[in-house]
Amino acid sequence: MTGLIVQDKTVVVPGEVIAEGIDYLPSYGSYREQDKIMASQLGLLNIDGKVLKIIPLAGRYLPRRNDVIIAKVVDILMTGWRLEINSPYTAVLNLKDASFDYIARGADLSKYFNLEDYMVTKIVNVTSQNIIDVSCKGPGLRGLRGGRVIRVSSCKVPRIIGKKGSMVSMIKRATGCQITVGQNGFVWINGEPDKEILVVEVINKVQREAHIQGLTERIQKFLEEKTGNKIEIIEEKDEYESSEQSEYSQEN
Amino acid sequence: MNYTKRFDGRKFDELRPIEAKAGVIKKADGSAYFRIGKTTAYAAVYGPRELYPKFMQDPKQGLLRCNYNMMPFSGAGERVRPGPSRRSKEISMITERALRPVLDLKDFPNAVVDVFIELTETDAGSRCAGICAASIALADAGIIMKDMVVAYSVGKVGDQVVVDLDGDEEHFDHNSSVDIPLAFIPSTGEITLLQMDGRISPADLRKCLAMAKEQAPAVLQVLQKALKDKYTME
Repeated sequence: MTGLIVQDKTVVVPGEVIAEGIDYLPSYGSYREQDKIMASQLGLLNIDGKVLKIIPLAGRYLPRRNDVIIAKVVDILMTGWRLEINSPYTAVLNLKDASFDYIARGADLSKYFNLEDYMVTKIVNVTSQNIIDVSCKGPGLRGLRGGRVIRVSSCKVPRIIGKKGSMVSMIKRATGCQITVGQNGFVWINGEPDKEILVVEVINKVQREAHIQGLTERIQKFLEEKTGNKIEIIEEKDEYESSEQSEYSQEN
Repeated sequence: MNYTKRFDGRKFDELRPIEAKAGVIKKADGSAYFRIGKTTAYAAVYGPRELYPKFMQDPKQGLLRCNYNMMPFSGAGERVRPGPSRRSKEISMITERALRPVLDLKDFPNAVVDVFIELTETDAGSRCAGICAASIALADAGIIMKDMVVAYSVGKVGDQVVVDLDGDEEHFDHNSSVDIPLAFIPSTGEITLLQMDGRISPADLRKCLAMAKEQAPAVLQVLQKALKDKYTME
């Protein structure tokens, strides 16, 4: 028997045979064992022509270059800050990448970023041993004041952002909150206290139902019920687009 | 001594009823519940995460660290002394070695995947139940693994070769029965755990292994279903 054994967009588990024969190619999350292609990760099967890829449903964040992430300061070093990024590894923000301002040698670094502060940063370099350098210089990169930060699974980030940012922009318009989604799964929310709670509720719903079809419509309905206003889904090109696509095109 | 009929009425090549569920511990990165007969195991996976003490770190790949623990009330009546023991250390180690061959932790140098296995009720076959639970929990945590690992015991009770001994069978005829816990990689048929209690002839051992291999697909199906059910509820 040759050909596909599992349908597109179904949940596959490690060791499950996805296809037999030589008509298909294994990609991220799958491997070939003689004439069989098997899954090596829990996820949704995505068939792109001949290529079989698995979009993971769980797993820790692995840092990649150019990802925009939200980080928390956990330590202040001699020449920079150590940051927690929801990954097995910590990142380092170096003095020269921290600010456009001149920071004198020996200055009190806690004046710029103190312990427990959150910031939006961009990963500039990742080594093979997962030593991570980040930068705070660039459009949209800054320290975060006020609001709240919640943690979600980094696998659900593309769902929270939606196609071309449609999901997050819909939540923003419905609640009037400022929202920044980091690729690492930290989400910063700033707005009216009761609206912030609503955003947290919506994001948790997105997380729970991320793998079920028709998500955007369900969230639209949910938001309309909660706020009592009509909400439209608009696809917009914004800062998220590039980072969202990198999520899908990884390792290709 | 003759053993003609099993105490619980099972066929000689029949497993006890199996039940499994994924994602039972919300705070963990991955978790599972696995029950076979009267043996219940819970497994929770945390990580990959930073590994300390630092000398344990491996710059080439991540480390798997398992911890097997029986609850004080889990035994056949007498209290199990809490805390690590010679037995639980051994089982933690063999669990690690049973699971390690399927895992791919190359992406996580210097990090560790922690697996905690807790047994709330035990009636023989607890290390195998622990391995099955850990196998589901690791997959649930999104860790890259080439296959799941299935585990159960085979052995010889009296003069009869049987699959999946329960507590009564293990103690049959003054503990003279043979108990062989096994773990398999189902796709390749490789054995990742094989221990033995008692004495057995080479011919009977081969018979046991042949009998055991036939059960692998049934157990695997339960493990796979547990993971899929987590995402098909609604």
